[in-house]
Amino acid sequence: MEQKLIGIQRDVLMQIEQVDNIKDLENIRVQVLGKKGELTSLLRAMGSLSPEERPLMGKIANEVREVINQRIEEAKASISIKQQELDLIEEKIDVTIPGNFVSLGHRHPLMQVKKELEDLFLSMGYDVVEGPEIDTVENNFDDLNAPEDHPSRDKTDTFYITENLLLRTQTSPVQIRTMKSRKPPIRIVSAGRTFRFDDVDDTHSPMFHQMECLVVDKGVTMANLKDSIDKFVKTLFGENMKTRFRPHNFPFTEPSAEVDVSCLKCMGTGCDACSFTGWSMELLGCGMVHPNVLRNCGIDPDIYSGYAFGMGIDRVTMVKYGLSDIRLLFDNDIRFLEQF
Amino acid sequence: MLIPIKWLKEYVDIEGLSVRELSDGLTLSGSHVDSIINLNKGIKNVVVGRILSLTSHKDADNLKIAQVDVGSNVVQIVTGALNIRTGDLVPIALDGAVLPGNKRIEDTIIRGQASQGMMCSYEELGVEDKLVPKESKNGILILTSEFELGKDINEVLGFDDSILDIEITFNRPDCLSILGIARESAATFEKDFKFPEIEILKPEDEIGQYLKEVRIDSIDLCTRYYAKVIKDVKIGPSPLWLQRKIMDAGMRPVNNIVDATNYVMIEMGQPLHAFDLEKMDGRKVIVRAARDGETILTLDKEVRQLSSDMCVIADQENAQCIGGVMGGFESEITENTKLIIMECANFNSKSIRFTSKKLGLRSEASSRNEKALSPQNVSYANERVCQIIEQIGAGTIVNGHYDVGITDFDEKTVMMRPYKCHELLGVSIDTDKMLKILNSLELESRIEGDVIVSKIPHFRPDIEQEVDLIEEVGRIYGFEKIQPQALKGDILKGTRSDLANMEESIKNYLSGIGFYEITTYSFISPKKYAMLNISEKSDLFRDIRIINPLGEDFSSMRTTLLPGVMDVVSKNINYGNKSGMLYEVGNVFRSEKIPVIDLPQEIRTLSMAMYGDTNYYQMKGVVDNIMKQYQIDVEYVSVKDNPSYHPGRTADIYHNDICVGVLGEIHPSVAKKFDIKEKVYTTELNVETILSLQTTERKYAEIPKFPSITRDMALVIADQFEVGEVIKEVNSKSYEFLEKVEFFDMYKGKGIDEGFKSLAFSFVFRSKNRTLNDEEINQIFNNIVTDLQNRFNAKLR
Repeated sequence: MEQKLIGIQRDVLMQIEQVDNIKDLENIRVQVLGKKGELTSLLRAMGSLSPEERPLMGKIANEVREVINQRIEEAKASISIKQQELDLIEEKIDVTIPGNFVSLGHRHPLMQVKKELEDLFLSMGYDVVEGPEIDTVENNFDDLNAPEDHPSRDKTDTFYITENLLLRTQTSPVQIRTMKSRKPPIRIVSAGRTFRFDDVDDTHSPMFHQMECLVVDKGVTMANLKDSIDKFVKTLFGENMKTRFRPHNFPFTEPSAEVDVSCLKCMGTGCDACSFTGWSMELLGCGMVHPNVLRNCGIDPDIYSGYAFGMGIDRVTMVKYGLSDIRLLFDNDIRFLEQF
Repeated sequence: MLIPIKWLKEYVDIEGLSVRELSDGLTLSGSHVDSIINLNKGIKNVVVGRILSLTSHKDADNLKIAQVDVGSNVVQIVTGALNIRTGDLVPIALDGAVLPGNKRIEDTIIRGQASQGMMCSYEELGVEDKLVPKESKNGILILTSEFELGKDINEVLGFDDSILDIEITFNRPDCLSILGIARESAATFEKDFKFPEIEILKPEDEIGQYLKEVRIDSIDLCTRYYAKVIKDVKIGPSPLWLQRKIMDAGMRPVNNIVDATNYVMIEMGQPLHAFDLEKMDGRKVIVRAARDGETILTLDKEVRQLSSDMCVIADQENAQCIGGVMGGFESEITENTKLIIMECANFNSKSIRFTSKKLGLRSEASSRNEKALSPQNVSYANERVCQIIEQIGAGTIVNGHYDVGITDFDEKTVMMRPYKCHELLGVSIDTDKMLKILNSLELESRIEGDVIVSKIPHFRPDIEQEVDLIEEVGRIYGFEKIQPQALKGDILKGTRSDLANMEESIKNYLSGIGFYEITTYSFISPKKYAMLNISEKSDLFRDIRIINPLGEDFSSMRTTLLPGVMDVVSKNINYGNKSGMLYEVGNVFRSEKIPVIDLPQEIRTLSMAMYGDTNYYQMKGVVDNIMKQYQIDVEYVSVKDNPSYHPGRTADIYHNDICVGVLGEIHPSVAKKFDIKEKVYTTELNVETILSLQTTERKYAEIPKFPSITRDMALVIADQFEVGEVIKEVNSKSYEFLEKVEFFDMYKGKGIDEGFKSLAFSFVFRSKNRTLNDEEINQIFNNIVTDLQNRFNAKLR
């Protein structure tokens, strides 16, 4: 019997050696170790053995079973590794074929810049407020201290709905609305559509976008204004950006200034784009809120002061993305929009 | 404003400053130098020569041979010029000369005759065509003054100079002058300013002998009129120095009298006008409003229709000039003029602006007169021009003047509290320094108690209150020197409005699923409403109009975003973009009353469009998701009569009885009007309504512990019934354990009778507390089937 057992082990191990797939291995297992298997039937015959031989044979039989089992498992493992290797070769793909495109949408570049600017000021503690596109002459001009004979009031400069209603020419009427409805301290930013009587060309559009900030509180100074603008410009364009404050004139601020930033092409060293001045002109206009404007809104200029600054979102967008034609922004060609 | 630096230096001692230093300094004190024009164009070896003789070229009819004395020798030059005569002084480019653009001149032989150089025109010397005086136009530059022969032309023409082009702000018309910029330079660089000494050396006769009367009938149109008379006038070209100065300031020389008035206008910022006294009927000057219907032939030989809000300078009968805007042809100075009136007046700036715009006339004079000029400057400027005319020998000044209108002027003072100056600028400046700055600007200032009191000179009407003085101090001190300081106060947290947040969140969602944001104008062509088939009775047709639009296409404030979106779809199809998912968030404008009286309503609206490989259900899926996002239960109600949309493929979107918007396929006839052949699906939603209906609150619902059982049903049902009705019916019954019912397929065709369709639904059942068994669910499901069969007269398929 022992011979038989060893014979089975030898034969089976040889069989296993020759097998190259898992199915055949399973067949071998069934043939040998299954209910009707060779080994099983041999063990059934153990009853005919003497009580002394029985435990000895049992031990040998178990050893044989274990060896076979183990060898089958080993063979299985090695076959599956080989199979996996084959599969991996089989499954090779061309990794350079363009990916399946999950189409994402695109925000309009103007709206992206508008949001970026708003977010920047939100983080600096400014509330984002909005005003209507159609506003009153009072809010857009009178209360903003625009001289009665200021050319910007002309029908050749401003779109009118009635004698008293117009398409706002600037976002500044939102300042008036805010100062009339809130008490200082005020810190707001407002961006949106603005309109001026300009024919369309490369740099003009009758509709454009402005953004402006207003701060009113006790003890607000021009030094604060400079600080805010410095921070804003550096965040928007990078730490290397310098600003230059040039005195200017706006009806609603006094003193007023225009702010130039380093030429974006040469960063201040001077090049043909900036007529060798190193400055890129007029990024924004700013100043201390005119006492007449504060008075018009019921704020006492002897107690409070404030600053305001504003800029063209379209211009910032054009500078940022290198656009030379403002028309692109309102043409809405998908091939343009998908670049942003 | 063009400021030739040499001219500027006549009134302010700025020797030693480089052009760059001057330009930067002025820019930083408020006179923004836009650009610097260098007159030195690299001209070499061009000298003054006198034409000694002119003979014709024997081999060429249109050429002449000139012998020219250039000081050191006489050269022969072959020329085709027509405007030269023997004795003329002209610029000669000698052998080896260099002209602008690095053009080289050498001795040559022309048709067998030696030509030792070239006579030059202004253009060849690099002067803009529009500045060249008449006598030198299309010909050689004829020098109108004597110069040493052989003298370098750069020196003669003053090409060793630069010009500053300065942007002048609205509040500083006084700086539209060399003197104004000289004052600014003096204050900026702490130098002395000198006003020109005005003196007439040899006046003759009395003005009354020549001019009987000057009066203002319309003081609202002209506040002051100052007249002088000049006799024995000899009209001719001005001397070269005068021509060159006004050319550098951007004006073309005309004749000695006109050039003198332009010279003083540039110098002092005050326009003047000279006209022929002998043409003035009754020898009177009457400043009055034009009569309605009155006409005048202006200098440019155009007949102008005048109206009563325009100011004219008239004789006793007729208008002879449009005051402050343009002279009349009748009284124009000609070569024969012997006696002139020199007018200098202060006009109503608003009326001037109106007049020049209405007549389409804009000149150097009107562009100054339409600003608030100093009425006090009027007398200085007129005396000054007479001085120049005397100086250049163009006429004899008659004694006396007429000065009518307002001639008394109050002295204005403004006070400033030094501490207020510190407070506003955020920088501490000595009171002495403040005084020094103000005085340097000719604002005569002194301390009185705690305050600085400044006398405001006549040319600074822009200074009205304390803050204006603070600005003067700040800008001359230098904004650059103010050190930035962080804002004091609490660190605040900025907020956005709910509407803005909602807009942002919708945009994020749409970007995430592939929509492109567009931006279109708020004003559209009113024709677009008709293109959308919108009925004249519709609210959408009752639009707000701009009274002065850029054109009809930009005249209507949009009542719907659809036209803009449709235009963009049409354009993109045209561009060859095969498919598109587009949206815009913007305002539409509505008013109860048309024409509007009060501020109209501006309603934040979302409009979306899809074209290309898409269908109604994709568009609807987008809307479904938006509504789900904001937890708004909506119903889609089929709409047959929205004229912009397909009658069988359109739904109004309702929450209870509130309409949120409309969704559907654009009517093919509308698409056609927008030049679109394919199907376009659009949605318009009221963002403000969505905001008011949304619930932001969310509560956790327990994740089910027990499995669900699903049963599918295919129901054959008449075409008239819609899926929404079936689902509504099921939901209305509250069947036990029914978690949800979902539509998943529709079939028509083979096996289904005409007029019917098969709808497939999936029913999901679940209990919170236990695993359900098939038997109990079968029973409930059978009830549902029976109910639906009865309700819709349907059959199970």
